[in-house]
Amino acid sequence: MSYDVIIGLEVHVQLQTQTKIFCGCSTMFNPDHPNVQTCPVCLGLPGALPVLNGHGFRLAVKTALGLNCQIAPYTKWDRKQYFYPDLPKGYQISQFDLPFSHDGHVDVEIAADAKSGKAASSRRVRILRAHMEEDAGKNMHDESGHGRDSKVDLNRAGTPLVEIVTEPDLRSSEEARRFLEELKLLLTYLDVSDCNMQEGSLRCDANVNLHVHQPDGSKVATPIVEVKNLNSFRFTEQAIEHEIARQWKWFQETGIKLGDKGGYKSTRGYNPDRGETYILREKEEAADYRYFPDPDLVPVLMSESQVAEIRREMPEAPALRRTRFESEYQLTGYDAAVIIDQGREFADYFEGVVKSCKDGKQAANWITQDVLREIKQREQTIAEFAVRPEVLGALLDRINQKQITIKSAREVFGELLSESDEQSAAPSVSRIDEIVAAKGLGIVEDAGAIDAAIAAVLGRSAKAIADFRGGNEKAIGALIGQVMKAVKGADPQTVKEKIIAAMSQL
Amino acid sequence: MLSPIASLSLSTLIEKLQSAELRSVDLTTAFMDSIADHDARLGAFVHLDRDVALQQAADVDAKRDAGESQGPLAGIPVAVKDVLCMKGQPATCASRMLKGFVPPYDATVIAKLKQAGAVVIGRTNMDEFAMGSSGENSAFHPTRNPWDTERIPGGSSSGSAVAVAARMAPLSLGSDTGGSIRQPAGLCGIVGMKPTYGRVSRYGLIAYASSLDQVGPFATDVTGAALLLEAIAGHDPLDSTSVNKPVPEYSKTVDHPLAGLKIGVPVEHFAEGLAPDVEKAVRAALEVYKSLGAELKEVHLPHSKYAVATYYLIATSEASSNLARYDGVHYGHRAEKFDSLGEMYEASRGEGFGDEVKRRIMLGVFALSAGYADKYYTKALQVRRLIRGDFDSAFREVDVIAGPVTPTAAFKLGEKTSDPLSMYLSDIYTISANLAGLPGMSIPCGFTAEGLPIGLQLQAAPFEEERLFRAARMYERETDWHTRLPPMAH
Repeated sequence: MSYDVIIGLEVHVQLQTQTKIFCGCSTMFNPDHPNVQTCPVCLGLPGALPVLNGHGFRLAVKTALGLNCQIAPYTKWDRKQYFYPDLPKGYQISQFDLPFSHDGHVDVEIAADAKSGKAASSRRVRILRAHMEEDAGKNMHDESGHGRDSKVDLNRAGTPLVEIVTEPDLRSSEEARRFLEELKLLLTYLDVSDCNMQEGSLRCDANVNLHVHQPDGSKVATPIVEVKNLNSFRFTEQAIEHEIARQWKWFQETGIKLGDKGGYKSTRGYNPDRGETYILREKEEAADYRYFPDPDLVPVLMSESQVAEIRREMPEAPALRRTRFESEYQLTGYDAAVIIDQGREFADYFEGVVKSCKDGKQAANWITQDVLREIKQREQTIAEFAVRPEVLGALLDRINQKQITIKSAREVFGELLSESDEQSAAPSVSRIDEIVAAKGLGIVEDAGAIDAAIAAVLGRSAKAIADFRGGNEKAIGALIGQVMKAVKGADPQTVKEKIIAAMSQL
Repeated sequence: MLSPIASLSLSTLIEKLQSAELRSVDLTTAFMDSIADHDARLGAFVHLDRDVALQQAADVDAKRDAGESQGPLAGIPVAVKDVLCMKGQPATCASRMLKGFVPPYDATVIAKLKQAGAVVIGRTNMDEFAMGSSGENSAFHPTRNPWDTERIPGGSSSGSAVAVAARMAPLSLGSDTGGSIRQPAGLCGIVGMKPTYGRVSRYGLIAYASSLDQVGPFATDVTGAALLLEAIAGHDPLDSTSVNKPVPEYSKTVDHPLAGLKIGVPVEHFAEGLAPDVEKAVRAALEVYKSLGAELKEVHLPHSKYAVATYYLIATSEASSNLARYDGVHYGHRAEKFDSLGEMYEASRGEGFGDEVKRRIMLGVFALSAGYADKYYTKALQVRRLIRGDFDSAFREVDVIAGPVTPTAAFKLGEKTSDPLSMYLSDIYTISANLAGLPGMSIPCGFTAEGLPIGLQLQAAPFEEERLFRAARMYERETDWHTRLPPMAH
């Protein structure tokens, strides 16, 4: 028997607004000072009323457009009612039957895996809906074991969220992780969320079950399990892996299918220390949230022209940019992905370099290796990196113009960096030429100097000459090295050609 | 004995204050004294802060002395229903649940009152969380009708109506969700108005049923009500449901009679259940209009028979949600004994809410429950649209609709407390204005043989408050019902 893994995700994303969704309080992450970013509205005080944050709504629309969703021309707000101490009104303002967006998709690319021999693949994950809602506060329970009072921090209450619900289109834990990575990339590109998982800006619930193949060709489903509150990509992947194994084992032992007695939908949590999911609610009775339209808020109407206006403001989505980098700059899929995956500013940096040096491949090589290495070492973001794109572009342009060698360029690059580390100032383009001049790194066009150096080197390298003539082509490398050492800034290709010519005349 | 100042009309009081013949401190003191004399018997107030009131009055006087510009209600005491938040003053909704709760902010109408220079003189008693038609649902004490203290004053804005009727305040604010201003105004012989939904901000009005609640004025005469509405009306960015329409100067036009006024007389409001003396007084009032040149026209509101049922589904559904926040966690009453979170919720709410509030929460929870919402809540919303449609058709033919405010005059305390349904029916004529979002008002139009006031209800199309005031004033000029004082105030 074999099975298909069926996974759907519900992802909560905090939108990057200055103020909360229905009041003017700050949305800053501020766990050390509880209940300071509050007002009558987000405290749910008697008489206070919500007013929609229009900017937050626009960010939500951007998010949905990024997910290729349809934007509803009419959307409304509903109250989802339940009692919990972190929910001061006794209901959450959310969207029930008429979400502001629906029916989108995200394409997820899965790289080939050399180890397992698995080929690269891609998966279109359909988005069922994305709706907007307010976040709850945070309960803090006494963990000392002394049974002290629980406390509630309402700083987070009223932070705008978008809940993204996928269709059950994901077929492995890896696909789920890749989907989340792609989603995070998209949302940070669109500047709608910082997706900081430590601060809870992106939270995920996974619905997992198996479709087990039967001998007659049919399939039976195992009971659906919702794993709640996964707060890292790795934990999401691990939790799903554990669920797959657990459900498969349980099905083999009991044969219980979804809908059978004992085959109800259940809710589980994930314990990363044990690498296991654990039961939260055994029998998922359809909770009755008594949704109804919030009479304190008015419906939101979105015309096609308003949607078009928001669409115009949107930056290029990462997936489109990746394809464009491949076609426009002749990058390999791998290089394009490395650049795009570093985030929008990094990709902007790349395009800035290309603008100055007109050589996408050269720029990609430098950026994916040298620049990436240096910012990682320095624990910097690309925005903080001292060598600005026009400077790096100018440096690479000098290679293309055959003014300096790649090796010399690396030396200049290193020098620019160590200078900026000392002076904490970004180097200018003119500094490149000063360093090249000071260190004598300019490519020497002086044929006489090169010829003289070759003659001197050949004069003392009888063995290397013999080796080369004996068929050992590598022997010439040592000769080139010696000439280059004597004539700094000589073009190695020119030197090589001249040495071969000189040897043939010996 | 009533202070001679306290029996003056609002316009006269304003004139005297403006001419510096009267100081606000003295006026406020006179009304505070009136409260001291009568309120032990009437129970109209739940909170008085003499010092705060006198300080506000002194500030107004000082500003006037300094020649500074004054708001339209400068120095006039106004009593407010305990449902409106005022920074630093308790707001309890006459419920144990909110005993001791002091809001840290002003309701928009309170801020507007302050801007207009009004002196907030005290907080008035009400049916708990504005749920009730008699004032008997206050968790603290009932309010009594000044015309007969064995009788109810109506509700839920009982204290605000009685405060004005007994001349313990020249003006007051109430809230009206199904008749809570118009019904007690009618039963207490004063003027009360429920504005169009969206005309007055609800920010800081402790919600009962959000899609129906509206704050409105009580006064002894139409001009007073017009002045007070003018002061509190207008768009509020803090209330998404408030409407951005300019506020007419009602008080400037109130004395202009309406020529060619067409009055609709809904047959459904003169049907079974209407007490003969009430019907007689209302029909006599219609004759007064006729004598003033108005044309009377029969209109039909065919869906009004569903109004009470519709109201008790929509209002309770919203209430069940609006009152969920009173859970003992963040503020308000928390039970002392509990062993779990669930028990804390149950015990706190069980102890904090009175019977009528619990009854309505349970009704609302039921009406919104999965499997029932379509049959009850959603169906009620559909009927609500039909009721609005009835009015839209009627107002294509007439300018205002006139009829009784209540089926009977004030009943006795305790008479209906064990029969919620018959209590609910006392709002039968007022409820549809809330469902349709229309403005409606109650003006005095006579007395029963026992000397109990009878109210005439006038309703108009949305945002036609100006027309309502003018129509009401036309009648008021021809009659003296509004000048009569309850026996205890003599």
